[in-house]
Amino acid sequence: MAVANKVRLLVGKVGLDGHDRGAKIIARALRDAGFEIIYTGLHQTPEAVVATAVQEDVDGIGLSILSGAHNTIFPKILALLRERQAGDVVVFGGGIIPDEDRESLVRAGVRAIFTPGTSTQQVIEWVKENVTRRRR
Amino acid sequence: MKTRDDRATTPRGPRRAWEESAPRPAPTERGERRPSFTTVSSVPIERLVSAADLEGWDPGERLGHPGEAPFTRGIYPTMYRGRLWTMRQFAGFGAAEDTNRRFKYLLEHGQTGLSVAFDLPTLMGRDSDDPLADGEVGREGVAIDTLADMEALFSGIPLDRISTSMTINAPAAVLLAMYLAVADEQGVSYERLQGTLQNDILKEYIAQKEWIYPPAPSLRIITDLIGYCASRVPNWNTISISGYHIREAGSTAVQELAFTLADGIAYVQSGIAAGLEVDSFAPRLSFFFNSHNDLFEEVAKLRAARRMWSAIMRDRFHAKSPRSWMLRTHVQTAGCSLTAQQPYNNVVRVTIQALAAVLGGTQSLHTNSLDETLALPSEPSVRLALRTQQIIAEESGVANSVDPLGGSYFVESLTERTEAAAWDYIRRIDAMGGMVHAIEQGFPQREIAEASYHYQQQIDSGEKTVVGVNRYTEGDERSPTLLRIGREVELQQLERLRATRASRDAARHARALRDLEAAAGSGANLMPPILEAVKAYASVGEICSALKKVFGAYQEGAVPL
Repeated sequence: MAVANKVRLLVGKVGLDGHDRGAKIIARALRDAGFEIIYTGLHQTPEAVVATAVQEDVDGIGLSILSGAHNTIFPKILALLRERQAGDVVVFGGGIIPDEDRESLVRAGVRAIFTPGTSTQQVIEWVKENVTRRRR
Repeated sequence: MKTRDDRATTPRGPRRAWEESAPRPAPTERGERRPSFTTVSSVPIERLVSAADLEGWDPGERLGHPGEAPFTRGIYPTMYRGRLWTMRQFAGFGAAEDTNRRFKYLLEHGQTGLSVAFDLPTLMGRDSDDPLADGEVGREGVAIDTLADMEALFSGIPLDRISTSMTINAPAAVLLAMYLAVADEQGVSYERLQGTLQNDILKEYIAQKEWIYPPAPSLRIITDLIGYCASRVPNWNTISISGYHIREAGSTAVQELAFTLADGIAYVQSGIAAGLEVDSFAPRLSFFFNSHNDLFEEVAKLRAARRMWSAIMRDRFHAKSPRSWMLRTHVQTAGCSLTAQQPYNNVVRVTIQALAAVLGGTQSLHTNSLDETLALPSEPSVRLALRTQQIIAEESGVANSVDPLGGSYFVESLTERTEAAAWDYIRRIDAMGGMVHAIEQGFPQREIAEASYHYQQQIDSGEKTVVGVNRYTEGDERSPTLLRIGREVELQQLERLRATRASRDAARHARALRDLEAAAGSGANLMPPILEAVKAYASVGEICSALKKVFGAYQEGAVPL
């Protein structure tokens, strides 16, 4: 049952990367913290993730990428969201992402990149401060 | 199976007197640093384990001699005095030529076996130009589309002089066929080939998630490969039954052990069901375990694994050959234990984990590099990881005596407890009808997800320490110099695939794929038609698609959080 003012988040795995330990832990921790969570499961295309995000009217998308494909996947998601007039959806993520890529992704519009060692509380706190119900 | 858990918690006699006389000032009840002590996997650990805990324990039965069943002390009589373990660093990135250069570099620096890491599209049976491969080509491993890439990968490396491990699962038969085709081109007979395929699909459904077909046809391909190798490629290790990825997905040590052996049971059952004689293929099954930070827990796990497999093969499958009873294993240090923070600390973690693997009696070892939480390892960090093994082998002295921890009250009781807990899981999986059914019910997946969430909570709450992450932290640090894989690798690979497609014999290629599809439908052994397709320069993606037409594609069920 969707609660009108509850922040809705999509946690996704895009591409062929099967490392879902982190994504599932984050999804569960965010759910336990009171957010509405949609977990996509593995092997999604960027198009499918954005379609789900729009359809489910989410406020944020968290992607976990450990395959090295972050420089391809994040920009694609951002572009697709803008195309569908959903550019205000907050995109964040985590995984095996080197510092300099992190900086360029943040410049490109990814709001935060969490690196290994981030606690689930840190992610929850950040989401509470940075993701709010979208106005429409 | 007797367990000694109860005794471990009820000290008697002189031990009780000692317990009571031990100092116990505030702040905690017993004057100890914590209310309780547990392993990395949350197994409670007692202050002291002594002779009373092993009362009635028979070293003749539980240990035997090294090289003899139940192999608790090791599978060879002389262990590392006879021959050191194989130092086998997993490598692969970019195009085949890049990895070929890294292989030659490692061989020049004293490495004794090759280990190929494939990129994700290859692991998933997809070509570099598949839409889902966008951004992943050559990133986590080497990109192999056709035999042309495999030829470049092993260019100048004589296949009869090395052993090669290939970490490939769902499309394993295709990559083995490519290796055989390269051997044919080099004029090396199949009998002289040595190496290992991972080829363990069950742990893909459980943990690593790199699947193509549903479980039943996947097991059929594996069984075909095992049967083919038993007669044609006799020195090839056909499966490396892997706990590594189960552990990386967040399992405990006991879950890793139990689920891996349960997978092994399923493979042996499927070989026997296909009409193979157990002793004709069981000696070529090998294992692959993880080594995490908790040194004694890891040693106990490896020792228990050998003893359990020996019992499984003798008592359950009635194998006659002692070689069928032996659990031969590769170990890799735990990637999931490494930290992005203060990355040089990882060298120390890897040393402890490698030491555990050696004290546990491994046959080969990969040590992770300090920068692997950030990217694929750079050359200097790979060299340091290899040197770590060489120092353990040549300087530490631990390789001088077989199973030096054998007979330790603590290690023996922990080995017994680990084994008892793993048998308990195996009985539950048997009750579900075996591992394939357990996977379909999501049982191992749920157990692992629970364990990984619990572990993360222990770290987040500070109950478990990770140095540099939740204690002894420092401010912002820059990562060390990393290996970068450019986008040009992808473009170059796409061009090579296009050129190969354009230059191959189209009629032979089409005929080979038609024959392969027919064999898949008919139940004939799939290895010969796959080999022909590979030689016709059919790509990994084309071959897997042809099989998918007959076998269907696997879809994961709903994922519970």
